[in-house]
Amino acid sequence: MNWIEIFRSGLSTGTVLLIAAIGEILTERSGVQNLGVEGMMLVGAMAGFKVAFQTGNVWLGLLAAIVAGGLLSLAHALVTIHFQADQTVSGLSLTFLGTGLALVLGEGLTGQTGPIVPRATIPLLSKIPYLGPIAFTNHNLLVYFGYLLVPITWYFIHKTKPGLHLRAVGENPAAADTLGVNIYRTRYLYTFIGGCFAGLAGAAISVAIAPGWYSNLTVNGQGWIAVALVIFAHWDPWRAALGGYLFGVLRRFSLDLQGPRMLFGIANPFFFNTNLVFFLQMAPYILTIIALIWGSSSARKKRIGAPAALGNPYQRGERGL
Amino acid sequence: MKIPYPVFLKRAEDYPKWLPAATSVAAVLLAFIISGIILKATGANPIKVYSYFIKASFGSWGAFSDVIVKAIPLMLIGLGCSLAFRMRLWNIGAEGQFFVGAFLATAVVMVPLVDLDTTPRWAVLSLMAALGMLGGAIYAFIAGYLKAKLNINEIIITLMLNYIAVLWNNYWIFGKWSESGFQMTKVFPKNAWLPRLADLAGKFPFFSGMTVHAGIFFALAAAIIVYLIIYRSKWGYKITLIGDNPRAARYAGINITANTILVFMISGALAGLAGMTEVSGVVHRLQERISTSYGFSGVIVAWLAKLNPFAVIVVSILFGALLVASREIQPSGLSFLIQGITLFLVISSDVLLKYEIKWVRPAQETA
Repeated sequence: MNWIEIFRSGLSTGTVLLIAAIGEILTERSGVQNLGVEGMMLVGAMAGFKVAFQTGNVWLGLLAAIVAGGLLSLAHALVTIHFQADQTVSGLSLTFLGTGLALVLGEGLTGQTGPIVPRATIPLLSKIPYLGPIAFTNHNLLVYFGYLLVPITWYFIHKTKPGLHLRAVGENPAAADTLGVNIYRTRYLYTFIGGCFAGLAGAAISVAIAPGWYSNLTVNGQGWIAVALVIFAHWDPWRAALGGYLFGVLRRFSLDLQGPRMLFGIANPFFFNTNLVFFLQMAPYILTIIALIWGSSSARKKRIGAPAALGNPYQRGERGL
Repeated sequence: MKIPYPVFLKRAEDYPKWLPAATSVAAVLLAFIISGIILKATGANPIKVYSYFIKASFGSWGAFSDVIVKAIPLMLIGLGCSLAFRMRLWNIGAEGQFFVGAFLATAVVMVPLVDLDTTPRWAVLSLMAALGMLGGAIYAFIAGYLKAKLNINEIIITLMLNYIAVLWNNYWIFGKWSESGFQMTKVFPKNAWLPRLADLAGKFPFFSGMTVHAGIFFALAAAIIVYLIIYRSKWGYKITLIGDNPRAARYAGINITANTILVFMISGALAGLAGMTEVSGVVHRLQERISTSYGFSGVIVAWLAKLNPFAVIVVSILFGALLVASREIQPSGLSFLIQGITLFLVISSDVLLKYEIKWVRPAQETA
């Protein structure tokens, strides 16, 4: 097995989860839980691929994906923030809606090939032993965008004034309201931004990492994995990056297990009995469950909780968070 | 920027009895209209699609029988969901529980657990139904336990379990149980088939070709039982109380942990039973794609029915029609789109039940 390659492609698979998870972290920090990531990613993947395919310009495709994900998230924002509907059900219906929209509008795109995000090798950094070939060689540009996104988001949340407002709205909206922070506007904004990131994450699949449109198999549960990752990450961008990349590497590793005849000195069961591959395909989902159990219990030990107002609608003058 | 917010929401004390049903009906109609507009935008002719839709699902008795066949798993799953949702337990894993139920029911034939030549039909079918329910219940237990003991988000767990269940079934139908290399088991022997209306065609020729199977009785019985639980039993009251106000329920001494696990398992058992009816009543073998995402449609059915068991039966028939029609309608994602929009409209319309909406002019506000 080629370990460098496993880590390298793991980073690029993990980028999808990372982008979606960062978006969801921003949304949830404002007190809105949007479980519709899967739907927004599908719409983003469809819109990104469709526009890139039709215009021949991959950047326009990415832009379309961002806008599409953002617009779809506004439906969730309207229903949960203004109509005070249950965020869980609304997020679920957003997934249905996004899936349906993507399938209807993506009709006829299957099997087409379009432009993809260009690749680049970073000079100097790519010369570092091990790290260079893994992290800085021949990656598509979105992977590097992911590297930058993590520290920027962390800085934004913890060191800037809008970031402070964001946390305040998520932890104690009533107090934030008395300080003059507009709760509704903040929540709309970050739900929208989360949607934009989810759309971009979808396009990162369809025009960069696994180019093409394969109807709802394009995203195939990664949106839900991203939501789980947010909990595992304790709403922290650094942990989201760690989890996302780790997940990408493990996923790639489990796929590569099928290849060799011999594995760690013994006959490889996955090579000789191809039906066992179904168990390898379960790996990402089992990993997600383990990550959730682990993340939730370590959060409890460290007394890190979800944003206190997560899931609660806010209305002025009503008691509650 | 000030968000234009001329409406003012006031907590409503009560609402007219007809209002929930009216909002559901309006939501469905509106969903069809909005989807029609989207269809129009993609270049299709919505009128043509919809009239085809009606013909494909209600055009003849045979078509309607197919609708009922599709509605049976939706009824069972929708009922399970309405019970779980009363407690605000988001069991989105009916799809997975359905597959595990189908798997264990199939095991009766494939292992085989009983001698299929000598065991009477009713005994084989009862065993299959019991194991189907057991499979769904065990699978739901995982999520219920993690939710109750560790407070882990049940939505994500149940969703992940869905993917795992599909792969688990694939392992068997591609491998050990594969019928000469095809991705399906052999056809079940006749005494593992749920009776169908078509079986009576000898006496009543009208029934020939009608595929409605005895699973409908499971669904109707389940509706009555769920109704009695929710509206007529002390336990149903406890479940609703836990859902509405967990703190009050805890003070009242209700064991939330045990009830969470139990409700999850009942909900899973119904989904597992749906899986059994599908393999035993419809396809008569275990194969890929035995579910056209019944698990997810069941969620919408439950919500559209406002968690009322008898309404679940009615809504399931409507959604069964949607599923029958969508087998043939292009574009293929249309039924998802209609379902998604419907659910969105239903939850938005809940605001009408919770609040009275008052339009406020700025002048009045200051007065």
